[in-house]
Amino acid sequence: MIKKLRDVPGYAFLGIWTIFSLFPLYFMLVSATNTSQDVLASRLLPGGALFENFVKLFQAQDVLRAMGSSAAIALGTTVLALVICSIAGYGFEVYHSRGKDVLMGVLLLAMMIPFAATMIPLFQVFAKLGLVNSLFAVIVPAISTPLLILLFRQSSRAFPTEILEAARVDGLNELSIYARIYIPTMRATFAAAGVITFMTAWNNYLWPRVILIKNEVQTMPMLIVNLSAGYVTDYGVLMLAVLLASLPTVVVFLILQRQFANGITGAIK
Amino acid sequence: MSALTATKPRGDRRRLGTDRRHNLTGWAFLIPAALLIVLISFVPMIQALILSLQTGRGTRLDWADPLWYNYQRLLGDEIFKQTLGNTFIYLLIQVPIMLLIALVLANLLNNPRLRGKAFWRTAIFLPCAMSLVAYSLVFRTMFATDGFVNDMLVAFGAEPVNWLGDATTARAVIILGLLWRWTGFNMIFFLAGLQNIDRSTIEAARMDGASNAQVFWRVTVPQLRPIILLTAIMSTNGTLQLFDESWALTQGGPAHASMTMSHYLYEISFQRNPNFGYGAAVSYVILILVAVLAFIQLRIGDKRD
Repeated sequence: MIKKLRDVPGYAFLGIWTIFSLFPLYFMLVSATNTSQDVLASRLLPGGALFENFVKLFQAQDVLRAMGSSAAIALGTTVLALVICSIAGYGFEVYHSRGKDVLMGVLLLAMMIPFAATMIPLFQVFAKLGLVNSLFAVIVPAISTPLLILLFRQSSRAFPTEILEAARVDGLNELSIYARIYIPTMRATFAAAGVITFMTAWNNYLWPRVILIKNEVQTMPMLIVNLSAGYVTDYGVLMLAVLLASLPTVVVFLILQRQFANGITGAIK
Repeated sequence: MSALTATKPRGDRRRLGTDRRHNLTGWAFLIPAALLIVLISFVPMIQALILSLQTGRGTRLDWADPLWYNYQRLLGDEIFKQTLGNTFIYLLIQVPIMLLIALVLANLLNNPRLRGKAFWRTAIFLPCAMSLVAYSLVFRTMFATDGFVNDMLVAFGAEPVNWLGDATTARAVIILGLLWRWTGFNMIFFLAGLQNIDRSTIEAARMDGASNAQVFWRVTVPQLRPIILLTAIMSTNGTLQLFDESWALTQGGPAHASMTMSHYLYEISFQRNPNFGYGAAVSYVILILVAVLAFIQLRIGDKRD
């Protein structure tokens, strides 16, 4: 009994923080089904305006196109980042040498370079190449990150050398060993790396804002900000747009939460 | 194992040959990633330094006279000073509170007697799935003058507050938003760290009659020091680069009262009359602050060992 009493303040704190965490999400969810007046009247029950909000939103903004751009950016970044960073992490660990350690140390320094400090020259370079407004320009800076390389390098330690030697004896070349043995063995790492890359790429705002200038080319995060910048904000419509912009990452999160947690903490283990 | 011995009979010379080939293969594998990082991080970083020594509008840039003109200009720029101050307010208030709450929550979730662990964990971690501008707009709606929070205040007989129209409360709303979005993120790091702690150290302290608070401060926290250092460096780094909240939640306002350095940098570089040189100087202040604060934190973190 005494043991249980000791836990009471803990449960209370946990409960309060959980309500704080979930409430804004609930607010967004119900508000998407309410009219703007109802949102401002703090109606916290689902309403009947969902369809009306959908119609207004699709009239105001090209949602499908923004969804498509966001999906293309997020998926493109994820696929390219997984290939480039996994093969690098594999190269660093499996063909380990002192020179490579030095290079890894240098690359890790890049983690400390704030994006702000590279943004202007990056914009100038992509502008010179005529890539302003192209989704390609959004993707390129996000493909190779020290964190992902480190994640793959750390987990490659668990890749058994015996398999490697056996595969070589069987006559597989180095690239096929990576493609046909390493990738299937490292599924868990690929899942973790894929989830964090997808979520980061989908949610990124600043760089797309800088490089996508034309109003027609926008991502979902850009769309919701543009929607809120109007003269009169329709809060029901805005919350529906925010919900749609968040849905893909929230769904991915709910399904692959453990992989996401492993992805963000994996590199430190 | 037979595979290992099968390679042995090959002569020493031949082995050296394959080792060297494998070494080169390794380099080939990591060159695309390394090259990309050099091209998108290191080269632009140097270009930004050069840019910060130039003046002019748009693409017509020339060496500044004196070279450090942009940096000199920063010293007299009241808006810059304001944004620098704001960034430090967020850093000094939000980061310690967030890390403490995250530590407490992780500690609570690590209690073996706790029921419904998966639910609590998911609920507290869930805000991390939201994009920064998305949650900023939800908070903006809730804290609007005629929004939910004021309705609640009025319902309880209090005066409504012009949350986003007043300097102090606008900053407070940003801090609250940051706490909402990032506490669960840091909690996950502490949970990972707690799993590596030997539970017997905690049980032993309990046996000796230590209270919950004593066990937390004297046994758990010291063992988590490396992770606390890591999260402190990451959070500092992130706070110095805050943009989305300032942009979408308060729009930097009122006036520039809640604007962050990155937001000001964007305004200088990409709005109205773009001034890349001056923007680059602001970006270098951010870069230097990130490096200096990480260095200081690492020194403090090491000293206590």
